[in-house]
Amino acid sequence: MFENLQDKLEHALKRFRGQATISEENIDEALREIRRALIEADVNLNVTNKFVEDVKAKAIGTEVKGKLLPEQLIVKIVHEELVELLGSKQSDIQFSSHPPTVIMVAGLQGSGKTTFCAKLAKNLRKKGRQPLLVACDVHRPAAIEQLKQLGQTINLPVFATEEKNPVKIASDAIIYAKKFARDVVIIDTAGRLTIDQEMMKEVQDISNAVNPNETLFVCDAMIGQDAVTTAKAFHEILSLTGVVLTKLDGDTRGGAALSVMNVVGKPVKFVGTGEKVDALEPFHPERIASRILGMGDILTLVEKAEQQLDEDQAKKLEQKIKKNEFSFEDFLEQLRTIRKMGSLKDLLGLIPGMDKAMRNVSIDDNAFNKVEAVILSMTKFERENPKLLNGSRRKRIADGSGTTVQDVNRLIKQFDDMTKMMKNVSRGGKSRFLKSFGLPQNLGM
Amino acid sequence: MGIFDRFKEKVSSAVQSTSDALGFTKLKDGLSKTRDTFLSRIQGVLGVGRKIDAQLLTQLEEILITADIGFDTSEQIINSVRERVKKEGHENAEEVFDILKDELLKILIQSPSAHNDAVYNINPDRKPHTILVVGVNGVGKTTTIGKLAYNYKNAGRSVVIGAADTFRAAANEQLEIWADRAGVQIVQQKHGADPAAVAYDTVNSAISRDLDVVIIDTAGRLHNKMNLMAELDKISRVIKKLKPEGPEDVYLVLDATTGQNAIQQAKEFMKVSPITGIVLTKLDGTAKGGVVIPIAAELKIPVRYIGVGEKIDDLQLFSPTAFIDALFGE
Repeated sequence: MFENLQDKLEHALKRFRGQATISEENIDEALREIRRALIEADVNLNVTNKFVEDVKAKAIGTEVKGKLLPEQLIVKIVHEELVELLGSKQSDIQFSSHPPTVIMVAGLQGSGKTTFCAKLAKNLRKKGRQPLLVACDVHRPAAIEQLKQLGQTINLPVFATEEKNPVKIASDAIIYAKKFARDVVIIDTAGRLTIDQEMMKEVQDISNAVNPNETLFVCDAMIGQDAVTTAKAFHEILSLTGVVLTKLDGDTRGGAALSVMNVVGKPVKFVGTGEKVDALEPFHPERIASRILGMGDILTLVEKAEQQLDEDQAKKLEQKIKKNEFSFEDFLEQLRTIRKMGSLKDLLGLIPGMDKAMRNVSIDDNAFNKVEAVILSMTKFERENPKLLNGSRRKRIADGSGTTVQDVNRLIKQFDDMTKMMKNVSRGGKSRFLKSFGLPQNLGM
Repeated sequence: MGIFDRFKEKVSSAVQSTSDALGFTKLKDGLSKTRDTFLSRIQGVLGVGRKIDAQLLTQLEEILITADIGFDTSEQIINSVRERVKKEGHENAEEVFDILKDELLKILIQSPSAHNDAVYNINPDRKPHTILVVGVNGVGKTTTIGKLAYNYKNAGRSVVIGAADTFRAAANEQLEIWADRAGVQIVQQKHGADPAAVAYDTVNSAISRDLDVVIIDTAGRLHNKMNLMAELDKISRVIKKLKPEGPEDVYLVLDATTGQNAIQQAKEFMKVSPITGIVLTKLDGTAKGGVVIPIAAELKIPVRYIGVGEKIDDLQLFSPTAFIDALFGE
């Protein structure tokens, strides 16, 4: 797990606690940590250096006031600056007033172009468009087959021929689209290295032949310092109109987003967050900014939880907590919901500040199995009425679940603590909840 | 004169063919773009007549960082360089060139990458030698397997490939084309089948047909997805049912364009299966693959192969010296 930038800044700025303003002298070490954080997040070195200069200029002379600690203030400045750099631009697909709208997709090998094409097609159909997918990757073995199969999955037509010339395929596809009233044409091209002149000329020829309304550069979010070189080469040849960041469902900090936007000067229009054809999302600058800084991603966590919990269920639960009726049965249900969301450590890592607390703790997801076994060894009546659990019942449960009485005792104690805490939450709202974890709430997030 | 010229010609063609056989030329070509920027930038900093100072070292450090070597490892390398400059009493910038080269090489040699020569030897009592190929999405696993099968075949081994990527659309078809190109057999099931079952079938068929090598392709998976990582563990366990000491090798394929996340990938994959080697792909682009240096420094996993092109013979055994020499243009 990555260390939180704020922890490092805390360390760097400790000596300057109590000083009223941020000055040239007290910020140097902090800037070094910011620089390191950005480089570790794969932000290009030149972009990093310029960014750090900007932050320095902004921070110096700023008054440290209110309850903010200097490190929190600096993180706030850095975060705001990042969001500004990443965002604030219109990022939808621009449709042509004379259909079909032609969208061309290009990038390096393995960046996820073919999968993205299918996701985009599905997404646009949901918005009432009639997309046509075009298979122009005549180079990679079975690439055309892959797009065909994806087209079948999402039930959309794929234009694929025996033709070996991708320029011809693309041009034919436009004619086909006009004839059969497809209003969006999505052209999947082969992955290529920027130093391969022949291949770069090929993609340029396709572009010249079809004159796309959108040319999207698909970029693996895990790409390193080379992102700048690559994006520049594609931009020079194709005049990109937008960027797609893929594989953001990994744990990469995604600093490449900043590098690529800096070079291309065009917005990130979509992010890919999974292998399924639905896993396409709009770009949220503030989330990427937090990620780059290793500050966790509370919004993603909330969304994950929302996906798993249906609303009625949540309301029922809230009622139960308020009435003090939360039972082991509900607990089990919660446990199972959480497990559906992914590994516990990953989830906790998404909570700002939690990263620090969890760094040295290894969380065994199998520990859940034990808890589950204990609960399942209770009778239904016992689960609804935990107060019944006396010594002999606990002994029976321990035997039944292959655990010890101590394990059972511990779980019951934890359950009690948890119900108490939950009552607090339901009374005090979100900020009380965060406080109960000892988390900072003043980062403007 | 005539005799001398002919002698020269002979020698140079002999050198050429030896280095071809060793794959040097291709590595050099593959790395040429990398080398040009990396080398020319280093030479730019270490210009003749310049004295060694703090600014020079900072500039070198920045070049290392842009090669994806990472903040900490770059800092460590520069610290070692600084110490040696002081201890050995160097003053001129150009003397740093060899020190830097040496420090990078030292890191790569520390990890056991140096012993790659014997990979194609197979113990006849322990046949089939089973190789599991893993990695995140889009790094080039399937392509690597095609090339790997070809290399083993060329070394006189009989090979069967197992198509255990049953998830991605058309993965089977892609692997089939590669198996065909390499001239080896392939075991596959339907799209969506249990990958562990495919692995089992493949090893089983290799045992019954007395084949030398089994190479198993797996679906790309991001290392933070618990369930997919567990699936990988299951594949290993199922292989062990047929062959308790298998899989003999687990290769992690890394994309040379990947930045610092590669370290995280290596760490997470190591947790589910003992990674015996790294295959670094796409080194023919502008990327430097510098991330193998922090991986070697921190995790001590050997780099086994590098991919330097899209053709079937473009997978080479990794040699630390050749890699560093190619990087530094020698």
